[in-house]
Amino acid sequence: MAEAEKKLPRIEIDAVRCKGCSICVDFCPTKVLIMKGTIVAVDNLAACTRCQLCDLRCPDFAIRVFD
Amino acid sequence: MAVPAAKQRLSVPFDYDKYLRPGKLPHIWCPGCGHGIVLKSLLRAIDKIGWEKDNLCMVSGIGCSSRTTGYVDCNTVHSLHGRAFAFATGIKFSKPELNTIVISGDGDAMAIGGNHFIHLCRRNIDITVLVYSNAIYGMTGGQYSPTTPAGSYATTSRYGNIEPPFDPCEMAKAAGATFVARSTAYHTKELEKILLQALEHKGTSVVDIIDSCPIYYGRMNKFKSASHMMNGLEKDGTITVAQAAKLTPEEIGGRQLRGILHQAERPEYCENYDNIIVKQATATKGA
Repeated sequence: MAEAEKKLPRIEIDAVRCKGCSICVDFCPTKVLIMKGTIVAVDNLAACTRCQLCDLRCPDFAIRVFD
Repeated sequence: MAVPAAKQRLSVPFDYDKYLRPGKLPHIWCPGCGHGIVLKSLLRAIDKIGWEKDNLCMVSGIGCSSRTTGYVDCNTVHSLHGRAFAFATGIKFSKPELNTIVISGDGDAMAIGGNHFIHLCRRNIDITVLVYSNAIYGMTGGQYSPTTPAGSYATTSRYGNIEPPFDPCEMAKAAGATFVARSTAYHTKELEKILLQALEHKGTSVVDIIDSCPIYYGRMNKFKSASHMMNGLEKDGTITVAQAAKLTPEEIGGRQLRGILHQAERPEYCENYDNIIVKQATATKGA
């Protein structure tokens, strides 16, 4: 159990594709992402539940969550 | 405490790039535009149904939504404004084995191509039509379109739109389409399921997809951001058919119905034509 908790997901953000619409930031249920300038950045990776809502609702094919 | 990772098993995220032309992204759609979300749902549905890229043909007209064909790596036609339906009919008719999808916007399908749209539905030819309804002509600067709600603002309706909007689903149903559904870009998973059913359906299937134009429609109608617009129009502005069945018309209010709105069985156009060929050939042989 402790080991499972330690394993963090990997969130890949394509800086070229991201247009900074902040949809992923606003719809993230656990507030993992923040806006850094004009593109999105990972703020609190430990809170990520791997729900993939950011990936599903990203219009720019820019964000992906790997287990 | 963090959510136990073991319970949230995640396979490898969907690889959209295998359906996209390399080097074409980032796309031209504005920040927060719903078209990208709809395209992702469509690609997942195509992957689920397992169609080969070579057996798939996407046809589009003109408009923001119609740029889709430039990004998807299959047989694509970027045709004339509103004429995607006519092009698609020709393609499907000459090569019935091609899985044909028409991508069009609300202006493309309801205004400029309105006539072609109703005749496509009337013939019940096996084509899936996706109508991206963002209630605006985005590419040309935000003019109001046939689906712009009465009272809302656009560059050409500065004092509020006085025209009542079209309902693409009612129009498709009345014209004879055999599968009519509506979903939104907000409900991505639901949209994927509906698109899958629409692709599987034999006959004309029309899916009206409500998505957001935060740059033109959103700015003029006091939506602060793309997500604010998605919450306001797509989440709160729609209701599923099952939920609506339990409510009175007053309780539903101005909310649009979501889900499969109409499904029917009717002979398909290409099959009818093939039947005539077979019938005539046997008649000539016998004579």
